[in-house]
Amino acid sequence: MAHYIRRRLITAVPVFFGITLLVFLLLDLAPGDLTDLMGEGAASAAEQAAMEAAFGLDQPLPVRYLLWLTGLLQGDLGRSYQYGQSVSDLIAQRLWPSLLLTGTGVALAVAIAVPLGLLAAWRPHSLWGRLSELFTVIGSAMPGFFLALVSICLFSVQLGWLPASGMYTAGTGGSLGDLLRHLTLPAAIVGVSNVGSILRQTQSACLEVMGEDYIMTARAKGLRERAVLVRHGLRAALIPVLTSILSHIPHIIGGSVVVERIFGWPGMGSLMFSAVSSRDFNLVMGVTVWMALTVLLTSLLLDVVYGLVDPRVRYERI
Amino acid sequence: MSGYKRMWRRLLGDRRAAVCLGILAAELLCVLFLPPLLGLEPDLTDRTAGFWAPPSPEHWLGTDDVGRDVFSRLICGGRVSLLVGYGAAALNVAVGVPLGLLAGYRRGPWEFWIMRLADVFHTFPSIVLTLCLVTLFGASPLNLVLVLGLLGWPDIARLVYGNTLSVREKEYVTAARALGARTGTILVRNVLPNAAAPVWAALAQRVGRAILSESSLSFLGVGIRPPQASWGNLMQSASSLAVLAGRPWIWVPPGLLMVLTVVCLHVLGNALRDAMDPRSPAGRGGWEGR
Repeated sequence: MAHYIRRRLITAVPVFFGITLLVFLLLDLAPGDLTDLMGEGAASAAEQAAMEAAFGLDQPLPVRYLLWLTGLLQGDLGRSYQYGQSVSDLIAQRLWPSLLLTGTGVALAVAIAVPLGLLAAWRPHSLWGRLSELFTVIGSAMPGFFLALVSICLFSVQLGWLPASGMYTAGTGGSLGDLLRHLTLPAAIVGVSNVGSILRQTQSACLEVMGEDYIMTARAKGLRERAVLVRHGLRAALIPVLTSILSHIPHIIGGSVVVERIFGWPGMGSLMFSAVSSRDFNLVMGVTVWMALTVLLTSLLLDVVYGLVDPRVRYERI
Repeated sequence: MSGYKRMWRRLLGDRRAAVCLGILAAELLCVLFLPPLLGLEPDLTDRTAGFWAPPSPEHWLGTDDVGRDVFSRLICGGRVSLLVGYGAAALNVAVGVPLGLLAGYRRGPWEFWIMRLADVFHTFPSIVLTLCLVTLFGASPLNLVLVLGLLGWPDIARLVYGNTLSVREKEYVTAARALGARTGTILVRNVLPNAAAPVWAALAQRVGRAILSESSLSFLGVGIRPPQASWGNLMQSASSLAVLAGRPWIWVPPGLLMVLTVVCLHVLGNALRDAMDPRSPAGRGGWEGR
């Protein structure tokens, strides 16, 4: 197993550098530079040169990439042009809200998708089947921002139940209840827009399992339907369900960028957004690294889960 | 080509798919021909109607913050949104199919590099890269088509790659090789028709994805910029509470049109997949049970 994990890690490393190099190159190719940030004529030529030297921008591209990479290996992501703080500090501040939002969203999606998928596989033409079709259509056709608009209109404006932006009410100490009230809408949207794909996977995995002989055996020996479903059906389908959840993580991260932006949630997504729109080179690179790491670690976790569960995977591709 | 004829017959025999196809065709026709027919002018400000006029016989969906006719903007915005959707998906296919074929047929270093590249694009949340690219390079409709088109190919390439792997081992491919056909000929004549079936279904879904990406970006203010209209940036006005709650006729129609389009594409994609698959119920005659 250790060998297998090591091998997966080794293949993940080039992909990681591929992503960072790609974003680095793109940022370099893009028109506009540091001085544009300050507006026309704000800096003289000498000041501009001095500032570029201060941020190391006067070096050629390969040198800059290598310097940035050495920094990364020492845990130093550089300073943000826009905020003047170190990028690692900025990311650390935003990490917790982001994790809270995506974590709750994923948990919610799983809590809806897994039972519903099981029930829809059990009785495809029942109410459960229709409900799961509805979620699939919402997931594939409703972009997060439209769901957000509709739900803000309904729950914040018409009914006035929930706040429409931010993480805490301004001026209050920030109690847990306040946080939960702010969390509800964005997390629900992250959750609902991701139910569809997890549900589809669960349903097809359960359908496959329900056709197996041991399900018939379980029924034949007189087990109650509920025990058949949960103890035999769901249990056997759990692995494909788990892998589908893990493989869906990049998509969830991408979707929450939009949701964070709309709800003014102070997370990584909003940070990325402001970094890109103000051409804050180091900050964009920092957030990219964080996202790439998350995505690669989840896919690594996915491979490890596969390997643990199915020994054939471990030996096959050596 | 009889395979495609059969596919069409099955597709049109499925009532839901036929309705969706009809809606999509009607939408395209409206978007293309309504503006010249009705003389719609999306950029003209109407001083007599004023700002934020509610729906009236002259302005079916009222006017916006500078007095432009919202209905005109909706139809002309549809041009941009649909152009980006269909254009980007076409580019996905144009890039993904050859790369997938090459990786699956040539194997070796081709396979390694193409599929690793697909991994890089696939694992990274595409909205983030799109956001970077569009913000940095500007967001004309053409740029959006290019960015979404060049980022979305891995899905298609993976599909074609998987099928090519199995098709290349078939006897008719070996036979063609033994007859001395050139690789290019084999790829186009023998492998492509047999490996590309699932691409049609994926294509329909890629169009939907591209439309959603465009509208998300435009809604966030980094996609299509006003004064040019698109469904996404028409909905952007709903970020002010007054419009969101008080003037739903401005932001609800583009949203509904967008959702309707994507739902139709989704249904059509599923029906196409079934129609291409000889083992599906449709192949054995009859959708009556559904």
